[in-house]
Amino acid sequence: MTVNESAGWNELIRTPVFGLTLTIASYLAGRMVQRICRGNSLANPVFIAMLLVAGCLHITGTPYQAYYESTQLLTFLLGPATIALAIPLIKNIQHVKGRLARIFLALTAGSLVSALSGIGLVLACGGSRAVAFSMAPKAVTTPIAINIAQTVGGIPSLCAALAISGGILVAISIKWVLSWAGITDVRTFGFAAGMAGSGIGAAHALAFSELSGAFGALAVGFNGLVTPLIVLTIAHIWR
Amino acid sequence: MGILILLGFQLIGEILHQIARIPLPGPVIGLFLLLLFLLWRPRALSEPLQSTSRVLFDWLGLLFVPAGVGVIANLDLLRSQWVPILVGLVGSTLISLLITAYLMPRLSRPKEDNVLRNQP
Repeated sequence: MTVNESAGWNELIRTPVFGLTLTIASYLAGRMVQRICRGNSLANPVFIAMLLVAGCLHITGTPYQAYYESTQLLTFLLGPATIALAIPLIKNIQHVKGRLARIFLALTAGSLVSALSGIGLVLACGGSRAVAFSMAPKAVTTPIAINIAQTVGGIPSLCAALAISGGILVAISIKWVLSWAGITDVRTFGFAAGMAGSGIGAAHALAFSELSGAFGALAVGFNGLVTPLIVLTIAHIWR
Repeated sequence: MGILILLGFQLIGEILHQIARIPLPGPVIGLFLLLLFLLWRPRALSEPLQSTSRVLFDWLGLLFVPAGVGVIANLDLLRSQWVPILVGLVGSTLISLLITAYLMPRLSRPKEDNVLRNQP
């Protein structure tokens, strides 16, 4: 079958029905695999969906741009999802009454170190500026990270993949890393998980305890406020 | 109703981004504004707003699949720069994890009942 030569096919792949069906089906398949793997962090539904979609695009010879256009609706919803972050933030802020400033300081330090070390390590290993600025915002929640990467001259798709990989890395390593550092407080555990691993990290913290998850959600929200300011400032200084 | 509030704040954010030339992306400005608004008027945290945000968070992963697929469409980049990408990812994630965790307990005193034990 020569699907590529058919004008009808070329029109179809640009309509939302193609992109949305493919994406939602792949994502649900990803969730199913995750359930089969009992929620293992490595079986990330977004990664599985990305591979399935990329495979389908490759087989059907669909250009990425056409697929991207047909799924604009999903990408658009990242905006409202970013703003909705205010809600878990406001609901969990009661946990830090009176210690807000000091906890905010810990997060700001983490965010600053994350951005600077990300840029520094990429450049030190011979990476390009675009890769460095895709790395810089990766600790923040993915919808914001994509947006910031775009603003500062990074590569949004690489940034999305890095943000998810960072979250998975946090989920896999945090218990080992923090017990090595002698840190046992569940609030610290959750907060660090949410700061460095955003949504995936916070979800991992929630699996430990409710309080840990609340601190994870808080860190994700705070980081959504802090990291954009930090990365934009760095990009402003280093054009 | 919930989505209308979110879109309204996004619209204000985009307007401030475009017209007032605030360099932050529109949705991030909208996040700041909604947070300030909810601190000022806690009762505005209505049930529709909460249920809409729950739905968005439940499906958050789905929303960035299209953006993420681009990285596979861009395999040459991964092939040519995998070393800086891998070192930067692992290095900066672990360093920031440690820095944040290290600054936290000194800042807030841990309580007995908050200590991790018998966790999965």
